[in-house]
Amino acid sequence: MSVDNRQQKAERIRHLLDTEGDNVHENTQVFNDGRYESTAHLDDYDRLKDEARAIKEDAIERLPELLDQVTEAVETNGGTVYLADDTADANRYITEVAGGRNVVKSKSMTSEEIEVNESLEASGADVWETDLAEFVLQVADEAPSHIVAPAIHKSRKEIADLFNVYFDPEEPLETAEELTQFAREYLGEKIRDAEVGMTGANFITADTGTLALVTSEGNARKSVQATDTHIAVAGVEKLVPTIEDLQPFVELIGRSGTGQDITSYISLFTPPSDSPTFGEEGELGPGDDRDFHLVLIDNGRMEMREDDQLRETLYCIRCSACANSCANFQHVGGHAFGGETYSGGIATGWEAGVHGQESAAEFNDLCTGCSRCVNACPVKIDIPWINTVVRDRINHEDATEFDFLVEGLTPDEEPGGMDLQKRLFGNYATLAKLGSATAPISNWLAGTKPVRMLMEQFMGIDRRRDLPKFRHETLRKWFKTRGGSRVSPADAKREAVLYPDTYTDYVQVERGKAAVRALEALGVSVQIPEVASSGRAPLSQGMIETAERHAHEVYADLAGHIDAGQDIVVIEPSDLAMFTSEYEKFLADESAERLDNNSYEIMEYVYGLLENGASGRELRGGDGEEVAYHSHCQQRTLGLEAHTVAVLSELGYDVLTSETECCGMAGSFGYKREYYELSMDVGSELEAQFQAEDARNRTVVASGTSCLEQLESLLERSSQHPVQLVDPAK
Amino acid sequence: MSAGPLATFESSLDELGVDLAQTTSDQFESTLVPLLNAPAVGAQLPFENVSLPDTVETDPTVQELEKAETGVTAAGYGIADYGSVVIQGGPEGKEPVSLYADKHVAVIAASDVLPDMDTTFDRLAEDIRNDTGQAIIATGPSATADMGALVKGAHGPMDVTVVLLGDR
Ligand code: SF4
Repeated sequence: MSVDNRQQKAERIRHLLDTEGDNVHENTQVFNDGRYESTAHLDDYDRLKDEARAIKEDAIERLPELLDQVTEAVETNGGTVYLADDTADANRYITEVAGGRNVVKSKSMTSEEIEVNESLEASGADVWETDLAEFVLQVADEAPSHIVAPAIHKSRKEIADLFNVYFDPEEPLETAEELTQFAREYLGEKIRDAEVGMTGANFITADTGTLALVTSEGNARKSVQATDTHIAVAGVEKLVPTIEDLQPFVELIGRSGTGQDITSYISLFTPPSDSPTFGEEGELGPGDDRDFHLVLIDNGRMEMREDDQLRETLYCIRCSACANSCANFQHVGGHAFGGETYSGGIATGWEAGVHGQESAAEFNDLCTGCSRCVNACPVKIDIPWINTVVRDRINHEDATEFDFLVEGLTPDEEPGGMDLQKRLFGNYATLAKLGSATAPISNWLAGTKPVRMLMEQFMGIDRRRDLPKFRHETLRKWFKTRGGSRVSPADAKREAVLYPDTYTDYVQVERGKAAVRALEALGVSVQIPEVASSGRAPLSQGMIETAERHAHEVYADLAGHIDAGQDIVVIEPSDLAMFTSEYEKFLADESAERLDNNSYEIMEYVYGLLENGASGRELRGGDGEEVAYHSHCQQRTLGLEAHTVAVLSELGYDVLTSETECCGMAGSFGYKREYYELSMDVGSELEAQFQAEDARNRTVVASGTSCLEQLESLLERSSQHPVQLVDPAK
Repeated sequence: MSAGPLATFESSLDELGVDLAQTTSDQFESTLVPLLNAPAVGAQLPFENVSLPDTVETDPTVQELEKAETGVTAAGYGIADYGSVVIQGGPEGKEPVSLYADKHVAVIAASDVLPDMDTTFDRLAEDIRNDTGQAIIATGPSATADMGALVKGAHGPMDVTVVLLGDR
């Protein structure tokens, strides 16, 4: 990214933070909290998710067959199916069917994708959005900022002002009731006058040709009931085999998206419908000669189906849980976090698939890989991975013919044209090694104004963020100097390899020392061999090949230890997450599984030792000490927050946990000039909680390096890793 | 039908703010009349010996439909876990009648209250394969939060009442 682009991006984000951020934040937070509450009431949430995923996997696998089946079913019912190759094809067909007649539409992202309104209007038709949010956007002439609640960025006041200017009603509109009533009446007339009703479809069953529409307002029902021609637009991926297959989705979709157990209406239409329609003379006439057209759109989807990495995107049911659970989305919204049509977590996959990489590139960086969305997704899509893959492809797209010039100079597998900033963060391990070897000079240099200015200008490293200080004595050097473990393998209850992640080895050396002493106090013999860095840094910059190499090296370095019955103990949660999640993609199944099964987060490991009878007497007890603890987002995704809290509580600490799941920093993200302000904005919630009355005097602890760094910049107190609290030497 | 699903249905409706009137076929008319705000429209009920009073217009014009305060229709079945009623549309006009009036009164037989979504979808599949063109799983009133606060009655009814025929 050039300096100018970076500047522009920073400005745009700042603008959206100021103008739309608060509304988006408030609303997505309500949705997200609702999701937690509503899914907690489901008896078998995980089984339903598995079921939903299995149905989608199967449906996408058998898509060509289902397409034939649905065509037959719809035609038997008396309707027509049109398979449109792309946007232009779909619009041509729809415009022809509508024939210039007036159209009322219910909300459909697929119709946004093809921008059908424009081509209908060009043919002389009057087109009205009847979904109230879409209606607001139509009046405001704006694009949706969220896939489920497209006008989420607008406040009641803004809508009232908009309507009062645009419609100039006799009495100015003010309350939500008045606005809704006004829109209902205004659109009621449009619905009565229209002859064509357009809807989307959340699902279509191949066996019966039934459309399932998930709605709340009743406008989709009216649009179908009141008109003579029904055109339904949907991506080909919306097909599921049978009616029975709808059940898990019906139970999951509302809960995942808006936190409602179920939306007001789940309409199952098997058109053409024979409900009475509005006749000529104000009569409610027979509706048995309605015309029905199902327009199924390919627009890149069949290619996505062939793409091993993007295929999962097609399982998406567009519930918006990934957007609602995303800390960055919550703060900046879909106008920053989206492409031409889709927004939020999975939008990268959709945009890359239907509009091309360029559209995805605009916002792909906003995914920090924190993985909060992973457990939120009802079809278990690994959304951060899709973001990483697209990032990798964008890196490669930027490659130029001069690549060979830089190629040899960098220790990675990536092409030369890649963004310098990304490359710097991606090669963090090498940098740390160098920085440590030359410390304290390197730290002094990196702290000087001219150097920071150069770094900002050329690499986009924000001057306002303190850089980590490299330590001359690394953890491994310290460990060697002290003569290795104080507990010999012969006397040990267990033997563990403490994984020397880049941060612990070169920067956060104290937490490494504390971990060694804590483990020894529990009767564990510790080793710290030389092990490659995990590959987290390059992975988060989209440097997949480099990350993959790291994975192989790490496994080679650790396999022998696992063979010898030693446990792998990891301090940095983002590295543990690599071992247990991403390595699946890089290593042979068996190897990935072995590493996963034998790796533990440090506090999880301590918890296990204590549970299995080790005595915690030698660990430093809390004696009622009040601490404020922030878990790491990937650690939470893995379900590991509870162990730390349990250990600290058991040892007599009074623990307050952070309500916000995200610190906003997520590794290199907060260092980047264009995202620094967003990072701080996200962090402000954590700051507010930890500065509040009941937390102000508490000792701050956090598990992740990036969280620690963020907390240090947000608060006036310094923070530490929980293992440092219990360090017996303290 | 055991008391289980009915009790669940009752509490689910309560949570949604949907009124429930329990009655029998004999008492149907006297139960229904106080629930009607005039003008009322309706679609013929499929239950034997149960019919709508004359004050309910069963063949409304578009204007009457839009002016209606109450719309009465049968519901094919109810879903206890969710407090939903399933409105199966068709030529007799259940869809518009249940959709345009401010208040929808759904009449349902106790034996048609199903425990959960799983059983419902088995029934739905059977019905749809036997040519039911339209089934709306309706849960509470229509609603929107798009105008800055939750408002009931976005395009559809803002009030729902369920009349349960205990002897059916
Ligand atoms: S990716 Fe998953 S969470 Fe995101 S919208 Fe799609 S289904 Fe929902």
